[in-house]
Amino acid sequence: MTFESMELKINGQSHRVEIEARKTLADTLREDCGLTGTHLGCEHGVCGACTVLLDGEPIRSCLMFAVQCRGSEIETVEGLAEDGELHPLQEAFKEHHGLQCGFCTPGFLMLAKSLLQADPDIGDEDLREMLSSNLCRCTGYQNIVTAVRSASSRMSQ
Amino acid sequence: MIGESYPRIEDDLLLRGEGQFVADLNLPHQLHMRVVRSNTAHGLLRGVDTSSAIIQPGVAAVWTGADVADIGPIDFRQVGADQMVPYRQPILAQERVRYVGEPIAVVFADNAYLAEDAAEMVVADIEELEALVDVKEALGEFDFQLSTEAYLFEESTGDIDIGFAESEYVQTLELTIGRHSGVPLECRGALAVFHEDTKTLEFLGAAKVPFQNRDALANMLGLLPDQIVLHESHVGGGFGVRGELYPEDVLVALAATRLDRPIKWIEDRQEHLVAANHSRDQSHSVRFGFDQSGVIKALEVEFFSDQGAYVRTHGATVPTLTAAMLPGPYRIPNYRVIGHVRLSNKTPAGTYRSPGRYEGTFVRERILDAVSSATGLDRLEVRLRNFISPEEMPFDRQINALGTPVVYDSGDYEQMLRRMVRHIDNETLTGELKERRSQGEMVGIGYGFFVEKSGLGPYAGARVEVRPDGRVWIITGDASVGQGIETVMAQICNDVLRVGMENISVVHGQTDEFPRGLGAFASRVTAMTGSATYEASLKMRDRIVELTAEILGAEESDIEFDGGYIGSRGKPEHRISFGELTSLSSGLSGRTDDSPELVVEEWFESTHMSYPYGFHIAVVRIDPETGEVFIERYLVSYDMGRAVNPMLIEGQVLGGVAQGIGGALLEHFLYDDNGQPLATSFMDYLLPTVAEMPEVEVLLSEDAPSPLNPLGLKGAGEGGTPACGAAIASAIDDALGRPGTVRSLPVSPERLRDMCKRVSVQVQ
Repeated sequence: MTFESMELKINGQSHRVEIEARKTLADTLREDCGLTGTHLGCEHGVCGACTVLLDGEPIRSCLMFAVQCRGSEIETVEGLAEDGELHPLQEAFKEHHGLQCGFCTPGFLMLAKSLLQADPDIGDEDLREMLSSNLCRCTGYQNIVTAVRSASSRMSQ
Repeated sequence: MIGESYPRIEDDLLLRGEGQFVADLNLPHQLHMRVVRSNTAHGLLRGVDTSSAIIQPGVAAVWTGADVADIGPIDFRQVGADQMVPYRQPILAQERVRYVGEPIAVVFADNAYLAEDAAEMVVADIEELEALVDVKEALGEFDFQLSTEAYLFEESTGDIDIGFAESEYVQTLELTIGRHSGVPLECRGALAVFHEDTKTLEFLGAAKVPFQNRDALANMLGLLPDQIVLHESHVGGGFGVRGELYPEDVLVALAATRLDRPIKWIEDRQEHLVAANHSRDQSHSVRFGFDQSGVIKALEVEFFSDQGAYVRTHGATVPTLTAAMLPGPYRIPNYRVIGHVRLSNKTPAGTYRSPGRYEGTFVRERILDAVSSATGLDRLEVRLRNFISPEEMPFDRQINALGTPVVYDSGDYEQMLRRMVRHIDNETLTGELKERRSQGEMVGIGYGFFVEKSGLGPYAGARVEVRPDGRVWIITGDASVGQGIETVMAQICNDVLRVGMENISVVHGQTDEFPRGLGAFASRVTAMTGSATYEASLKMRDRIVELTAEILGAEESDIEFDGGYIGSRGKPEHRISFGELTSLSSGLSGRTDDSPELVVEEWFESTHMSYPYGFHIAVVRIDPETGEVFIERYLVSYDMGRAVNPMLIEGQVLGGVAQGIGGALLEHFLYDDNGQPLATSFMDYLLPTVAEMPEVEVLLSEDAPSPLNPLGLKGAGEGGTPACGAAIASAIDDALGRPGTVRSLPVSPERLRDMCKRVSVQVQ
């Protein structure tokens, strides 16, 4: 086993980690950076619970090795709230009951953040299409869609 | 306040990513456990070679069946029967393997990666035997003495022979439900540590039934219940599956006592899909008699439940509930049911949201549609003619389920059906669909009515405390699987004490914080624990009134509660906060000396369940080329007696519908003839995404409060699920223009394409 020392930039902060090349980004975030908000629901890239942003793009952190992320900006759910204040997406999820057990929620929040950044006026059909890349087993999705829609109008005000 | 859609007090932590799910918990020097599982569905286990695994880097121990042969199999938690005892699962396979995924060895190593590396070096020598994958076809041998029929039971009401004699028509149907399961998004896991100094075992990551699992673990490990503490943290969904006591849980606890280090186990998704409980998978042969007016006189059901390879903690819960709840909202005076619980070489089965009712509702509502088709009466009219009327409540089914007699406590089924018919303007809607069909579209509407059960007793407790900082704490022995019980308990308490939701904390699932508790299943927590919380809050209010009257020198009848203060009516200057109360009341008459805070504990008991009910309507369009079903509209009407938090109940219904639709169209644990599972990833086991989900319209009603508890509460955890298969099947039939076409769930694209072809051949 060879360990590599590298720096990861997460939510604007630098984290030095000593990891094996085979360690996934998700495991590295959770085990080496103390950021357990990123969850693992399938580890084969389908459920999207582990979605984080890599240079602004949503990625499955279970399908990337941490060593592939050198020099990139990583955003996780822990970086959403600012100065203790919930992000408008987090507020909207709470207001519209867009979560139950909360396990898939970090992945949905990060996915939603990226797609509202890319297109604040995203249409309903495209929104559903994009959100269909993540799985939720509790909510039936309806309130997630409502929450993201509500956050998008709040954010564009 | 009760009835208000208050945002959940659980949410902030979860939204910030600060939830503490079991995988997020760690202890110093912990070992990671990895399970080696059978790749063979059925075989004699000749030996397990661990010699290569044990010398791998970081490996502390490798166990096989021989190392844990002194630990007995996992016992039933519910609905056990003596005949089923030999079919319980050992924590590691002994002489035989009986399903792909069965644990045959465990590896303990310094981290999860090393444990998984070493697990790959374990080699099992298995002499393959023929696998049994169709329980209806034939009985096999479980071992050299026992057949694969673990349990056979019969229930009946009325006189089936008289019922058939009175019938003008008698028909039969064969109806099957596929194998699916809860599949929570969080995989299972556990973390345990044995404290040598106090001889106590701490088990983290508990869920659903912490107290019952504590007692079961104590029994298996030879410890006293007091020596084991279970801690529930955040749980990523339950649905009946998560939190039951599984072999892996026992192995984690056992290893913590034997290896002198904390043990952590987190399963991966592939394991989950072959190791955690499956469910449904029942086939039913039904014979039913009715007259020209559409009234059902007799119903006879023989069904086969594919229990998988072992009988787990649920015993015969699912088949028992199927039998008891199958007649649903209809009178059906003469009923006989025979249930076969049979083993196969598949993953063992247990409960999944709306157990027995999803299956039974599909079967029963198919029958109602068949009666409609035979008599030429409208599908809704047939339902109206068979409904139990409100005047017949409470209605005794004269069948037991979960140890309690099935007595419907309240309900007005006709009122709900008529309200929904008006709401959707059924006449116009069916006219439009007919018109579209005549234009060549394959569209249809389907209906499914159901009775659920909830509020399983026999008891639940709650302790309400006012602490010196003025916060009110509610401590219960029940559990949360993510459904929002903290908010619901706080709302019920706040309705009485008016201290403010932000000033209430709720504790659940900690076996060292409360004397006992049953847990989060059977839609019981709001009805049972909510009632205990309500009664404890009332008692606390009485005590506060008494103390405050003494402190303020006021009449007890003048004491009011508002915004966290307790005051004397009409004297705004005369008020104290909850915090002040705890210090000012010291030494007063209402206080007991041994209680440093204001503490009240109440127990609510109920020997009967309550029976919520609902009605699903689906409008679908089908594509005969692709076999795809598009759900254009979906409506659920649900009566839960009284809604504590309508937003949360709607959330429960919406989530339940998604799971019900999954089971109706997508989800299926298929096996090949050798017992190899064909759905071991999310590429093959298809959970609905938002793209498959229609907008669901939820109509909650409070027509029929339960007379069984002080607030009239019935549970709401399962009402979204039971009639999805029934309503969608009925709608597909309507779209095909061929009543009775759908006989099996899920209606996968290939099945639907076949049906479309058959229908078009018949038309030509």
